[in-house]
Amino acid sequence: MSCWETIADYGLRSLGIGERLLPRSDFTLCQQFTLIGSGMLWNIYFGVLALAFGFFLSIAVALGKAAHNPLLRKAAEWFIFLFRGSPLFIQFFFAYFAFLSLKSVHPVFDPFTSAWLGALIVLFLNTSAYAGEIFFGALKAIPKGDLEAADAYGLMGWKRFRRITFPTMLRLAWPAYTNEAIFLFHATALVFFSGFPAWQQRGDALYYASYFADKTFNPFVPYPILAFYFILLTLCVIGVFGAINRRLTRHLPQDRRPKMRLRPMLVR
Amino acid sequence: MFASCADPETLTGLNWLACYLTNGKHLLFYQSFGTVMLLLVITAPVALAFGFLGASAARSHVAPFRWLGKSYTSIVRGVPDIAFFLFFVIALDQAFEWLRHQVKCPDWGQPIRQGSDFVVCDAAKLPLSSSPQWVHETYGFALAVLTFAIVFGAFAANVLFGAMRSVPHAQMETAEAYGFSSRQAFWRILVPQMWLYALPGLSNLWMILIKATPLLFLLGVEDIVYWARELGGSKTARFSDYPHGDWRMWYFGALLVFYLLLTKVSEVALDRLMTRLSHGQATSGGEAQRKAAA
Repeated sequence: MSCWETIADYGLRSLGIGERLLPRSDFTLCQQFTLIGSGMLWNIYFGVLALAFGFFLSIAVALGKAAHNPLLRKAAEWFIFLFRGSPLFIQFFFAYFAFLSLKSVHPVFDPFTSAWLGALIVLFLNTSAYAGEIFFGALKAIPKGDLEAADAYGLMGWKRFRRITFPTMLRLAWPAYTNEAIFLFHATALVFFSGFPAWQQRGDALYYASYFADKTFNPFVPYPILAFYFILLTLCVIGVFGAINRRLTRHLPQDRRPKMRLRPMLVR
Repeated sequence: MFASCADPETLTGLNWLACYLTNGKHLLFYQSFGTVMLLLVITAPVALAFGFLGASAARSHVAPFRWLGKSYTSIVRGVPDIAFFLFFVIALDQAFEWLRHQVKCPDWGQPIRQGSDFVVCDAAKLPLSSSPQWVHETYGFALAVLTFAIVFGAFAANVLFGAMRSVPHAQMETAEAYGFSSRQAFWRILVPQMWLYALPGLSNLWMILIKATPLLFLLGVEDIVYWARELGGSKTARFSDYPHGDWRMWYFGALLVFYLLLTKVSEVALDRLMTRLSHGQATSGGEAQRKAAA
């Protein structure tokens, strides 16, 4: 079987398209590359959607934490503490079993027990909490002069937020938010190890990598392949976020643009 | 545990719960919290030592050491940590067995990798197949600790490397002016002063380490996640004296609370430590203390 045939058979295996049976013996390098790459589709799916939805909630959370209303502020603080103070791994487990219990109450909760929705919700809330804290920090770091200038021009309320507060906050938070995005993508590797079942062996990249490592008892091939894919993904994220960063700071002189720096923040 | 627990079927309400929560399996569950704390207590200093070695190597004048240190600090970026955990546990195990195999069975004829199998001679097996259960468990735990230490050591190395560079350069120049050799300056000037700069990063790392402990479960150790799944699953009257439905949600809820408490306690303790270390230092924290006192 040539490599092209393998790619045709297994390229979309993680979505359930193509060959049903996973290879069982005589694993070729091509099979490992194809299947692990196919699993990356799930990592990208979880990461992109959680980030896209999380962006809006995290801004709401940051504004809530900065609000004068003590009720809003406490709610936001507790939300952030709950999701940042506990391991994502335990959050996954808890959510999965909570959804299982709800499922027996009403069949509406059926889809929540499968990874594509249940895990996505956990990741969405989790990234909202982490990014909320980042945006809150940026909100507090907005130069006083900017806000005073806005006042002087008579900008108030929504208009002031949209024209002054929000863009400055985004600009200040962007390097840290890029980090958050990278580590969110890394966190997606946890999904299928934490309760959520991989239905019909449709798993993510790490699921297939550990499948190969278990079958061949040789970790030195699948995990470096996985590392290769993740480094590629990380570079793509840095590329996209860097482009956005350049757009956000296009009016600033070159030397005052905030630098993108990758800071490690391993487990969540 | 209690005398009244002898016949669980007659129990009701709170009595039932008290007996249920103190049965043998639950005592093992409580012990596994000890396992987690043990992991934290052992891993933190070992990882710090790895990190210190890595950071010192990264600023070495000898190029191969520097490359080694730099690549050690940068491996963990870009790849999910969990992949490292899964990788190192098998890789370390195989590395140890391979080394023992080379030493103990030099005249072994067959290849070690036979297709999908990893075969070493019986004397090189780790732990030996004849050793008792507790040796197997301890070996598994030790592998997990080593894995955690390697991964977290890389992060600690990154933090310490940054901290070493943050110590004001004038301090090192002064040491040189006083005739310190570079080794003396390193140990007497740089190392004592770097902790203040390292502490924010290290406390962050500690929080992360706490949140990484449930991954022990993936490394095959019977930790709190293992027991929560085990005990929470629904039990029928046939196999258990205490039948109940699927309670895993509540067990994991309890774990969530446990971790939140651990985080809160660490936060308070680390804040105090920071206040202590900032005392008399030429940083904004130290300056704030000085002004408050004056």
